[in-house]
Order: sequence, then C-alpha cells, then structure tokens
Amino acid sequence: MVDSFLTTAPLDPGSILDRLGTPADGALLLFAGTVRDTNEGRRVEGMRYDAYGAMAERVLREIADSAAGRWPVTDLVVAHRTGELRIGEISVVVGVAAPHRNEAFEAGRFVMEEIKSRLPIWKQEHYAEGSAWLDGRIPPVPEATHE
Amino acid sequence: MLLFALYRDLAGDGEVLVDVPPGTTARAAVRALREKGGGFARLPEEPVIALNQEYSDLEADLHDGDELALLPPVAGG
Repeated sequence: MVDSFLTTAPLDPGSILDRLGTPADGALLLFAGTVRDTNEGRRVEGMRYDAYGAMAERVLREIADSAAGRWPVTDLVVAHRTGELRIGEISVVVGVAAPHRNEAFEAGRFVMEEIKSRLPIWKQEHYAEGSAWLDGRIPPVPEATHE
Repeated sequence: MLLFALYRDLAGDGEVLVDVPPGTTARAAVRALREKGGGFARLPEEPVIALNQEYSDLEADLHDGDELALLPPVAGG
C-alpha cells in the first residue's frame, strides 16, 4: 500500500503506524519532522507552510511511488502538513513497512530528501519581531528541449 | 499565472492574468508579468516555473488555458 497526502489538520503518527505492515514485515519505520523553536540562532515562535496544493499532491505521490518502486517495501505512507503550525507540531510524517530494516531506512530517507529537494512547499518563520520566508532549494528542472 | 510564498508577497497577489499570444514562451510571459511594474517588477527574471503543475524550463511554449506558476526555491519538510 502506498499513500500520500497533504493536510491542514494535525498529523497523528500513531494512526499512520497503525496502517503499516503485514506479518511478513520485520521493520516498521516512522519519521516525524517537527517545528523547532530556534533556527540559525533566532528564536522561532511558529511556522507557516504554504503549498502549491495540487502540484504538491502530485509530486508527493511521485516521490512515494518512486521510493516504493526502488526498494522492496510493503507499505509506504507520507503526509505533509500545511498552514500555521506551533512549535513542536509535526510538519511531515513518513512511515515504511518492509521485511527488513535496511530498505525501510533507505526508502524513508529517500522520501525525506526528495521532499526537501522538490516538493513545492515553502516555510515562513514567525518571530517576536516579524516573519520571514526561509531560503529554499532550486528543484531539478528539465533542460530546455525547444529551439 | 500563480505566485507562491515570497513571490506572492512581493507581487501582492497570488493569482494574476497575463494576456499573451498563443505560442509565447514561458520566459516571455514572465517578462510580460514583470513589465506590469510595481511589485511584479521585483520578481526574478528567471524563476523556477511549473507548467500545468510540472516543473518546466522557461523556453516551453504556452497554450490556451495553461496554468503557469512561479515558484520560489522550495523548502518542504
């Protein structure tokens, strides 16, 4: 089973863990990314995640399918939160079930790295004295094939 | 055209209509948008773009009804 979704509701890693695995799986991996209270020495009071919703859902699905095609995993679920988050809230969850731990770790790591590199989502940190969009990464863009 | 995050803040709007002839490249459409002036002029000349929700190069031709989005460097996770 492969599933991916964006949501404005709080993410519940336990409910994702409950969906993972069969008796043949010896590894259940769960990663949750959270909002930190400091960044580059600056006190952070909250974070807003802005998404290009329709495209982000499509790209997140591509990432999940790509991981599930590359490693022999049984289940893979990835969920990303959007909207306003408080410190400590979960912004992203990746869950993987696999027969063995290596493929679970590798598939989970791949999903997170791909999210960082190409999911069209942006973060705006809130401070006591205002807000700022965080620097991001240039996603891989196809080379021009037109003349 | 759709603008997100920093670009939406710079432009003051997340959605803007730009009339261009069919066959115009995305690059020319971005130029036309920047020539509207004001906050639009603060957008980069060569942003990352998505055409119909897929990353695209700036030389892609536009067709009627295409959805063109200007995307700041991404920061999910």
